[in-house]
Amino acid sequence: MIQISHLSKKYKNNADYSVVDLDLKIDEGEIFGLLGPNGAGKTTLISMLSSLIKPTSGSFSINGLTFQKNANQLKQLIGIVPQEYALYPTLTAYENLYYLGSMYGLKGKLLKEKINFHLEVLGLEKFSNKKLDTFSGGMKRRVNLIASILHNPKVLFLDEPTVGVDVQSKNVIIENLKKLNAQGTTIIYTSHHLNEAEQFCTKVAIIDHGRIIIEGAPKNLISQYPESHNLEDVFLTLTGKALRDHA
Amino acid sequence: MHKLWASTYKELLLLSRDIGGLAILFVMPLVLVVTITLIQDSTFRSINDNKIPILWVDYDKGEVSKNIYDGLAESKSFNIIGKESDSEAKELVFKGKYQLAIVIPANLSSELEKKVNLNVEGLLSKFGLEEETPQSEKADLEKKEVILYFDPATQMAFKNSIKNGIDKMIFKIETQTIYKAFQSQITDDETEAIFDTESFITFKEVTPSIGKNEIIPNSVQHNVPAWTLFAIFFIIVPLSINMVKEKSQGTFVRLRTNPVSYLTVLGGKTVIYLAVCLIQFGLMLGIGVYLFPILGLPSLDVSGKIPLLFLVALFAGLAAIGLGLLLGTVAKTQEQSAPFGATFVVILAALGGVWVPVFIMPKFMQTLSNLSPMNWGLNAFYDVFLRDVGLMDLVPELTLLFLFFVITTAISIVYNERKNAV
Repeated sequence: MIQISHLSKKYKNNADYSVVDLDLKIDEGEIFGLLGPNGAGKTTLISMLSSLIKPTSGSFSINGLTFQKNANQLKQLIGIVPQEYALYPTLTAYENLYYLGSMYGLKGKLLKEKINFHLEVLGLEKFSNKKLDTFSGGMKRRVNLIASILHNPKVLFLDEPTVGVDVQSKNVIIENLKKLNAQGTTIIYTSHHLNEAEQFCTKVAIIDHGRIIIEGAPKNLISQYPESHNLEDVFLTLTGKALRDHA
Repeated sequence: MHKLWASTYKELLLLSRDIGGLAILFVMPLVLVVTITLIQDSTFRSINDNKIPILWVDYDKGEVSKNIYDGLAESKSFNIIGKESDSEAKELVFKGKYQLAIVIPANLSSELEKKVNLNVEGLLSKFGLEEETPQSEKADLEKKEVILYFDPATQMAFKNSIKNGIDKMIFKIETQTIYKAFQSQITDDETEAIFDTESFITFKEVTPSIGKNEIIPNSVQHNVPAWTLFAIFFIIVPLSINMVKEKSQGTFVRLRTNPVSYLTVLGGKTVIYLAVCLIQFGLMLGIGVYLFPILGLPSLDVSGKIPLLFLVALFAGLAAIGLGLLLGTVAKTQEQSAPFGATFVVILAALGGVWVPVFIMPKFMQTLSNLSPMNWGLNAFYDVFLRDVGLMDLVPELTLLFLFFVITTAISIVYNERKNAV
């Protein structure tokens, strides 16, 4: 499904590479977690895979398609849930979704049905005509998710989709993602919530300093380190306990 | 097409929910055009109700000073306030209490008459009609100066017009005194008209006309097109802010991951902001036609010109939007786009001849002026309002405005693609 080969990224004003010669293969139907400390290169990798930034070197393909050759086809195939809300605060939830759904070529009755369906599934049907700037963080996250799945993407990239939301919202989001995955959507997601990733992901990769340091099913990784009881222990063993503040 | 429609609808919703933005877009230009027209109206009026108070110090008390005084009074531009001393008048003017003081020197009338008489007698003696005037009498005459004190803040144009006006009056008085001196030397009968003292050469201004109706320029015909154009171009500020906001909200980033072209995104903005320009223009015309007469200003004459005026507004709007799209694409923050946009419009307006006519600019600035889309737009508006031209005469200016829109939009798209190339 996703084939990444020798992918690297170095930002103009940075001395170091954010992603270094990265090779990765993600199979169809997986829920793949990209885990790592702050500044490890997770968001950079997702941004490259979703066409937001240009790799310095290397290549990748999704379903055999590349952005260089099949940009629009590929964009129709994927969905991106950005870390920020990326919605219009003065528009209602419905208006936001109508516009963003239209950008995927959806229209008319089909678009309206899809919007209403997802709003209902994610518990927002009562608020569909309320402006986004009156929503809580959790509600905005759910609208953010709907905006990326209206077109039934084959691959869904999520950059920390549950950050800053209440437990109930987080639960609804994760449950909905599981349903999407069951319907055939491959999910690639980044998170700092290691417990969530351990429960949710079929496979994870721990990234640090732009390189993948370990990759596999969460249970397999935990079993590789006998002194570790969970994914967080594995994570701290591999990345250390030193703070990773960066500016 | 559906994506363009959705983008347009989204822009409409965003704009309709921004009350402050709407006020800036619609109310401020109207306030601007009314204010500027009211201020500039006096310069276009032949009869001015707002008289400028000036100080008058008359040490002469003779015929010459009376003629100058009458000339100033006849102009109906001044409220003449008499003062006894030169120093008092000077102090009041230099403190900015008055714009101007005129000081007529003592014995101006008698000395002028003496000088003219001497000259006339000298001339006649050459023909053997008079005895030669002694040189000592000529040497006794000293030159007289009419002193003008101007407030240091007075604009050069006002100063020059006053100086020219007084110079003309003095010249006329001198000429008439010469005629009088000849008359008195040649005949004793004062009623006998030997010289026709009326000016032989006069001038007549011929203005363009539609049929039998002359197109007489007034403050409204000049100000409405100029300041409407200024308002149309000011749209680059809210438009670029709208785009920068989308960047900071992250919605532009999301759109980059969607299968939609940047051209479509810009297309939605173009349609809505162009509609804003045309509505704004319609309101301006409405103000000119209906509100100005109520405010005591001349009514804007749009009879038979509305289709062409809207055509010019459409192309001027496109040029302004192209510039706004480019600024919004390049700017990263509102702090960059808003001040730059506002300042740039002012520069374009200055270059375009909105404030100072292009023909009085230095040569280099006149060349630069040809590059200002506001200059093209203003010329097109003046063509319609004041020169009564047809559609074909507007084609060069409309083409330039449209090309400007195409080029700025193309640069925006190329810049965006290069910056975000994958």
